[in-house]
Amino acid sequence: MKAHQHAGGGLPRYLLDIQEDIERHARGYGLDFFPQVFEILTYEQMNMVAAYGGFPTRYPHWRFGMEYERLKKSYTYGLSKIYEMVINNNPCYAYLLEGNSLVDQKIVMAHVCAHNDFFKNNRWFTHTSRNMMDEVANHGTRIRRYVDSFGIEAVEEFIDVCLSIENLIDIHSPGIRRRPEAQPVSEDAVPMFEPARFESKPYMQPFINPREVLEAERERLETEARQKEKRFPQEPERDVMLFLLEHAPLKKWQRDVLSIIREEAYYFVPQGQTKILNEGWATYWHSEIMTKKVLDASELIDYADHASGVTASSGMRLNPYKLGVELLYHVEERWNRGQFGKDWEDCDDMAARRNWDLRTGLGRKKLFQIREVYNDITFIDEFLSLDFCIEHKLFTFGFIKNRHRWEVLSREFEKIKQQLLFQLTNMGNPIIRVVDANYQNRGELLLMHDHMGVDLRPDWADDTLRNLNLIWQRPVSLQTSVGEKPVLISHDGAEVVRRELES
Amino acid sequence: MPVGPEEDLSRFKQIVRGKIRKNLRKYISSGELIGRQGKDKISIPLPQVDIPRFRFDDKQSGGVGQGEGEPGDPVSGEEGDGQGKAGESPGEHVLEVEVTLEELADILGEELELPNIESRGKEKIVAVRDRYVAVRRTGPESLRHFKRTYREALKRQIASGTYNPKNPVIIPVREDKRFRSWRREEIPETNAVVIYMMDVSGSMGEEQKEIVRIESFWIDTWLRRHYKGLETRFIIHDAVAREVDRETFFTTRESGGTMISSAYKLCVEIMEADYPSSEWNIYPFHFSDGDNWSVDDTKACLRLLEEKIFPGSNVFCYGQVESPYGSGQFIKDLHGAFGEENEGIITSEIKDRGAIVDSIKTFLGKGK
Repeated sequence: MKAHQHAGGGLPRYLLDIQEDIERHARGYGLDFFPQVFEILTYEQMNMVAAYGGFPTRYPHWRFGMEYERLKKSYTYGLSKIYEMVINNNPCYAYLLEGNSLVDQKIVMAHVCAHNDFFKNNRWFTHTSRNMMDEVANHGTRIRRYVDSFGIEAVEEFIDVCLSIENLIDIHSPGIRRRPEAQPVSEDAVPMFEPARFESKPYMQPFINPREVLEAERERLETEARQKEKRFPQEPERDVMLFLLEHAPLKKWQRDVLSIIREEAYYFVPQGQTKILNEGWATYWHSEIMTKKVLDASELIDYADHASGVTASSGMRLNPYKLGVELLYHVEERWNRGQFGKDWEDCDDMAARRNWDLRTGLGRKKLFQIREVYNDITFIDEFLSLDFCIEHKLFTFGFIKNRHRWEVLSREFEKIKQQLLFQLTNMGNPIIRVVDANYQNRGELLLMHDHMGVDLRPDWADDTLRNLNLIWQRPVSLQTSVGEKPVLISHDGAEVVRRELES
Repeated sequence: MPVGPEEDLSRFKQIVRGKIRKNLRKYISSGELIGRQGKDKISIPLPQVDIPRFRFDDKQSGGVGQGEGEPGDPVSGEEGDGQGKAGESPGEHVLEVEVTLEELADILGEELELPNIESRGKEKIVAVRDRYVAVRRTGPESLRHFKRTYREALKRQIASGTYNPKNPVIIPVREDKRFRSWRREEIPETNAVVIYMMDVSGSMGEEQKEIVRIESFWIDTWLRRHYKGLETRFIIHDAVAREVDRETFFTTRESGGTMISSAYKLCVEIMEADYPSSEWNIYPFHFSDGDNWSVDDTKACLRLLEEKIFPGSNVFCYGQVESPYGSGQFIKDLHGAFGEENEGIITSEIKDRGAIVDSIKTFLGKGK
């Protein structure tokens, strides 16, 4: 696989022409993207590249083999076929499947233009590396070197351990400064703890802000600061991987492996955060470009066939492509007809709402704004409406224990939205922080799970704690809840102990 | 440049094999494997090798779906796939790993430390096979070798100058035609037959039969590993015995009394009619809950065993499945008559599903 040596040389002339044509149309619409390099892959190469998350030069690990096997099988049995793959990189790499019909290739190119535009312009991608192709290759080289020195068993086992905590990162940290900048410590600088006062006229001071209260407050602040100094970490740390990287007793190569896994985890965060929106955006644009600009009359049937395949909901599963694009159409329609603002919100006359059309024509403009500043959570939170849920027959489902099956639970708008937002929060991962690295004054690690109504899968929690223990090399505990009851799960390297805490 | 996925794939397969190995006991006793037999491969629904993470309990978190249905209706396409998780993490997939029955038998053998079966020094019997190994100029049209015929025709047309590259039509004439032909081969084979007998009287419940079904599957698999042409015969009995097919064997439920001798008589008849012991390795297996009608009948059984069945078979196996109604007397009678260690007979008591593995080991562990 020579992903980046081709640099545009890989495509035959007629496809290059099509690429040029489609890119011209895309630019005409206002899409703004990195230079694109298309490559044609056989389905085997495609499955392979897909198995490695789009990076053919990734480090060796069995799970890529597993993924390859799965893709290969589902391709062979005709269950699924990967049409396109696009890598967030500058230049942007995208892969076409050899032997696809010309219509398919055109769709993919149009689709890729929109993804690429999204990568480049969506704010959530601001902090992501645009040189990931090379970085991943570099990671691969480093890990292969460790494999040569320490053996595949040891390295792969440690990678498994790292992957086990791969989701314990602080997904917003690339955009926010979490830690105060290091300040020069001087011995004689006495920190001042000035309690906040209520505003008052001077003569009212003793009554509004009585001296005793101020004193007590000052004392409280001081003790808190003193305790904080003793605490380690001072503030609970969401980026568990980073904390371990900085403080766990690891060997040098292990530290490096951990940092590689963490870096790649962060790289994939924006993709995860914008899946619905990104896919919706790309589908919106390939459909626009294809139907209005590129499509031959003779290609229409093929196109319709493809489009129905991509946006089909299989069973009752919610298809992110479909949800995204439908919601975008919904928003476009609303903004075209001026269905927003106070008058719209306040109107509860159904007939008036149905025929509401101010001919504002702001739809397209709104979509560009959404592509720039929204992610899936804010997108769903702001635009998923009651009308949309009814029109698209959304519902929530859950597992009914005593009947041992999944059932439709509700069609209430509030519940559907809540469920969707819950699934998207922290990319569907529980929120877990390091709260104490000197737990029980014995150098044990204490993590705290922010329980929000759903328990952790117990067997996996145990195994993950064991892995954490392997890294920390001292007992590791997690405070979580089972149902309503707070529970402390501890792993000391040999066994798991669960202890109920008093609530 | 990377070597491609082959290396990672083979690492994965190693891990899976380890996983099968570890879980084999579980699979054996849950019977998950059975019913998924293809021709000679078996798909093991194997949970994808997952890396554990702190994750929400799927069964508690639920999801959002799309389509018809009222609250309370079942959601189709369930089991993980119905999750519709929007995030990056995929739901739990079930990966089917295909293992050939031979491989499975090997794993079983390694895991239970089963010895290879000692050949009883039976005469080799000779099977006759037709194999298509040659090509001739004459034969029936149905055996025409298309490619060879085409090649001959092409050769002839080029040689005679009638081949036109612009219009490459090849028309074979009679001399061009080639036909597959076969040679008769004689293949020496050791053959084996398993004669399964089961008590289907009222006291044998569903669970007891399921245990027999699972156990017989593994016995089949193991013996098939050692004998090319393994035949199976099935006898059910209550007060009377009759021969049935596999399907009936596992599904029939009678309510009559129990006369074990009826089954043994039928077994002897089958052995004498179809399986001369000079040519066959014979494995009679009998499963019951240990109830028998009368002491006299038990005596008849012991006599049949001693005079007819032991001499004719490699080994006679008796598995007693515990049931709430059975007295469990029969195994004691067998021990009383033949002792617990006897060359001709292996007995095993199977309390529940968990005991299947040990029971298989008992039956097959002697290498008979």
